[in-house]
Amino acid sequence: MRKEALIRWLFLGTAALSIVISALIVLTLARETFTFVTQVDLSSLWSEGWFPRRDLYDIRTLFAGSVLVTLVAMVVAAPLGMGAAVYLAEYARPRVRRALKPILEILAGIPSVVLGFFALTWISPEIVQRMNDEAALFNLMAAGIGVGLLVTPLVASIAEDAMKSVPTALREASYGMGARKVTTAVRVVIPASISGLVAAFILGISRAIGETMVVAIAAGASGGSLFSMNVFERGQTMTAAMASMAGGTDAVKGAGLTFQSLFFVGMMLFLLTLLLNMVAGRFVRRVRQKY
Amino acid sequence: MPPDSKLKAKKGIPTAQRLDISRSPSDVSLTEQEPVPVFEVDDLSVYYGAFRAIRNVGMTVCERQITSFIGPSGCGKTTLLRCFNRMNDLVDIARVEGSILYHGINLYHPEVNAVEVRRRVGMVFQKPNPFPKSIYDNITFGPKIAGLKGDMDEIVERSLRRAALWDEVKDRLKDSAMGLSGGQQQRLCIARALAVNPEVILMDEPCSALDPIATGRIEDLMEEIKSEYTIIIVTHNMQQAARVSDMCAFFTAEVNETSDTRTGILVEFDKTEKMFSNPADERTENYVTGRFG
Ligand SMILES: Nc1ncnc2c1ncn2[C@@H]1O[C@H](COP(=O)(O)OP(=O)(O)OP(=O)(O)O)[C@@H](O)[C@H]1O
Ligand SMILES: [Mg+2]
Repeated sequence: MRKEALIRWLFLGTAALSIVISALIVLTLARETFTFVTQVDLSSLWSEGWFPRRDLYDIRTLFAGSVLVTLVAMVVAAPLGMGAAVYLAEYARPRVRRALKPILEILAGIPSVVLGFFALTWISPEIVQRMNDEAALFNLMAAGIGVGLLVTPLVASIAEDAMKSVPTALREASYGMGARKVTTAVRVVIPASISGLVAAFILGISRAIGETMVVAIAAGASGGSLFSMNVFERGQTMTAAMASMAGGTDAVKGAGLTFQSLFFVGMMLFLLTLLLNMVAGRFVRRVRQKY
Repeated sequence: MPPDSKLKAKKGIPTAQRLDISRSPSDVSLTEQEPVPVFEVDDLSVYYGAFRAIRNVGMTVCERQITSFIGPSGCGKTTLLRCFNRMNDLVDIARVEGSILYHGINLYHPEVNAVEVRRRVGMVFQKPNPFPKSIYDNITFGPKIAGLKGDMDEIVERSLRRAALWDEVKDRLKDSAMGLSGGQQQRLCIARALAVNPEVILMDEPCSALDPIATGRIEDLMEEIKSEYTIIIVTHNMQQAARVSDMCAFFTAEVNETSDTRTGILVEFDKTEKMFSNPADERTENYVTGRFG
């Protein structure tokens, strides 16, 4: 009995510890963010680019970079991931599925740094620069495609789970009415699992926004960047900007508020992904309720 | 003429006739004429992988009759029923031997399109399985995917009226079908099947999830629509088989000598009256009088 109690306290302790750590992280973020917002020259938040060492903290630059990369990533990952999910859930015979699912997991396990170099050395010259011969070698497009590939297995696997959870009885009802496979997938399975599919999509976005390494490598790992909405130019995302600031020895400790700006960007990233995950969670719960 | 184009060529004509003619009581004489065969099953065996679920079944199912399948659990009633609209195609390991002629066309001929078959031979399942869509969209699903043009409102009303559900749902057609009671859902599934004007309706224990009142309504409904449709119903309810069906087939499962698996066989197939009053086979008698299974 004493042992029971001991184990109970042990687990309670670990659970509490993780909560405390999370709270500390948020607190640190909040404190430095506060310092930054109160001390920064507010006009520098809206300038020609993100150059923290020159006290230019144009937040639009980072937002534009993140949004563009995420957009490109989802344009790649949504059709690929959903397509793979429909195929696995509705078309693949059990044996094929058993062979394909592990491959998907291997794909999900590729380190992002590897994908980053792949994006830089192959996607950029072979795909992006062929699409647009004025494209720079480092560009947001290549980074976006790379992130898209990284996110595809995640989207595919969540979407497949959602479609698999649609009861066979519904498929049989559809086939029994004389529906073909495509019709059944498009008119019955997808609508019935739509909240799960939306969740897959949102979690994909959240993962794409948070992705750092691919962007840092393929979009140009420089300290600063001019504001640009051109995906064929080099650019900076929130994540890559933080990584590049924290990369060098003196970079972080650089002039002025460089150090604090890092937390400021981190805070925004945190709030953004938190929001997305909450929205996605709501959709996932909706699926669970239905069946 | 290849079977497929025959299946296609016939499309529309018999259904249209069925639709427009409202049958008067004088039509009762039709049943006294020689019944027209719809399905002729010959030497049919179904395998799941190496396991033979039913063997050497032969029977003829006639137009505008209700044929019931009875027998102990596991004797292959569902398996056989799902052969009539090729639903077994969806089971990877299922394999069919022998033949089922549908108006003289072998359903398992390679050129026959299973999708086309299922539009003529509709199905109602054991558990009500409405789509998680509105009542209205449940009914229009079939007509829409079949490319049927025409007044959808009218199709919805007609189908729901036939399934004796119209009065209960006419004010909430846009509401989700999931909000209906089990019995209502099952009648909705019947209405959904009727909406594409099939010739045959297969029902696999359609009342097993329903209470006696809901069951009674579905039985009345079958009685009502049988003048226009051919119905095959699987049931575990002996009274139900006796009440509603014209013909009755009794199946049982025989233990195989070589392995301890059981294969379903058709024991007896005759007029329901005869099956329940004076069956030819002792096993039928034991089953219908409740001395077995
Ligand atoms: N998809 C399947 N794969 C493998 N075996 C199956 C499959 N479906 C049915 N069987 C087997 O075939 C046999 C006949 O099953 P079936 O469902 O046709 O019986 P049934 O007469 O409808 O039984 P019940 O009255 O319980 O519904 C059983 O032994 C069953 O285990
Ligand atoms: Mg059954």
